[in-house]
Amino acid sequence: MDNFFAQLPQQIINGLTLGAVYALIALGYSMVYGILQLLNFAHGDVFMIGAFIGFGIMSAMLSTSAPSVIIIALMIVAAMIGCGVLGVVIERFAYRPLRNAPRIAPLISALGVSFFLQNVIQLTLSARFRTYQTAQLIPGSIGVDLGTARLSGVRALVIIVAFLLMFLLQYLVRRSKLGRAMRAVATDKDAAAMMGVDVDRVIMATFFVGSALAGAAGVLNGLVFFRIWHFMGFNAGLKGFTAAVVGGIGNVPGAMFGGFFLGFAETFAVGFLSPTFKDVIAFVVLIAVLLIRPRGLLGARLVQKV
Amino acid sequence: MSAQLELKHINKNFGGLRVINDLSFVAQPGQITSLIGPNGAGKTTLLNLISGIYQPDDGDILFDGVSIVGLEPHEITQRGIARTFQTLRLFLNMSIIENVMSASFSRAQMNLIDIVFRTPRFRREEQRLRNEAEEKLGFFGSRLVGYRFDQPAYSLSYANRRRLEIARAMMTNPKILLLDEPAAGMNPNETLEVTALIGQLRDEAGYTIILIEHDMSVVGGISDHVIVLDHGEKIAEGDFEDVVTDERVVEAYLGRKSS
Repeated sequence: MDNFFAQLPQQIINGLTLGAVYALIALGYSMVYGILQLLNFAHGDVFMIGAFIGFGIMSAMLSTSAPSVIIIALMIVAAMIGCGVLGVVIERFAYRPLRNAPRIAPLISALGVSFFLQNVIQLTLSARFRTYQTAQLIPGSIGVDLGTARLSGVRALVIIVAFLLMFLLQYLVRRSKLGRAMRAVATDKDAAAMMGVDVDRVIMATFFVGSALAGAAGVLNGLVFFRIWHFMGFNAGLKGFTAAVVGGIGNVPGAMFGGFFLGFAETFAVGFLSPTFKDVIAFVVLIAVLLIRPRGLLGARLVQKV
Repeated sequence: MSAQLELKHINKNFGGLRVINDLSFVAQPGQITSLIGPNGAGKTTLLNLISGIYQPDDGDILFDGVSIVGLEPHEITQRGIARTFQTLRLFLNMSIIENVMSASFSRAQMNLIDIVFRTPRFRREEQRLRNEAEEKLGFFGSRLVGYRFDQPAYSLSYANRRRLEIARAMMTNPKILLLDEPAAGMNPNETLEVTALIGQLRDEAGYTIILIEHDMSVVGGISDHVIVLDHGEKIAEGDFEDVVTDERVVEAYLGRKSS
């Protein structure tokens, strides 16, 4: 028991870090589902592409004398823009032509895009693992000691950037014309169109924002966990999807909550049980939540009062 | 006076079923043109054709003399034709003011950069749109103002939902309002009030109105021009009094007299 309390603060920090990454991935899943009722299974691979974009920028700039802050900012911004554009392209060519097809069709198309992205990276960059040189950007000596725990610089960075992005997203969705349009399109596409909302543009913007968050998550994930490879998106996508469903898919705060919930569950499983149980816990959590609250922990009741 | 909206020889089939058959009519600016007819006469299909959800098989629709056939629904709305729905289609989980503001999407001058960085332009635009939305809601007296602004749309009564739909359509700054059974499901008092309101929309706000309504007290009270449809064809047109005494109209509603 003493051991438990000694470890707890560190596990909370670890859970926050992992949860932040999951939450950022889950947001993209959830937003796209909310607006198109489409499970974008290529989303995890967009995250993987983000990790590689960040890696590319880092490799190119480490040899220059640019300060770390600039390099990290560039990595995140480039991954966000790159993934955002990628998301828009995927929507345009893989999903939009199937907008009125049976729902199974875009789902298969999403799996196709997922395989396509994995194989593009495998063919062009090989199947090797790459390693983020985080220590050269943020020396391990930076950090705060909190009793038995240590908040390293990189973990602090991940948590701060993730919270900042989530705050911005929440603001965008709640308090801007784009957010209103997104919610209107999610509720009733035809009615929104007849109120002058350009539905295609709103869907594009949704893909851009969701994919940009996945790109940022890719870089942050690389900075904390170092190793990236072409197949990493599969697992990350499953976890992001699980987090989105646990929180209540289609719901922005739900995705954030689900991400942290899953992050903590996994971290505690690793820390207090055994690392072997990491993935088991994720999916036990999913099944338990679906049994008890099928619409997710924060899932909204459908309002159908006439 | 040139027509605000003109339909020329519109045909529309669903499968083998002819829903609109060689229909032509004009709506004059600043007038209320009412479309009446028995169930299944094609009235709502006609509104869907005008607002761009359906494309006519042939024929043309002119808005201020320019064809709008083939445009996307949001483009037609941006040009100045807004509508309400027979079966209400509000964004129920959004607040009342947000429902109205959502209809200003195409007019809001801001881009993603403005939104993310909350530039002064973003704040100015949001404030301007909010003021405008409050003004539109003010058209309905005290029902949808004040503390109501930030309540969710699902908290509204049925009649208030109908009013909110009209306010939302007004927010697109239309020239033509298409009202699809605005008095459906209302009690006699509310119906009287809606009738007066539609008159105000014409007289004070200056909209051209195309009205679909089953309630003859509404149609008779305010229509400038009445068009009767049956099985997708125009069977009569003119003043309310002329139309309701027309033999074919009586027949369409009540059936043929046995002789």
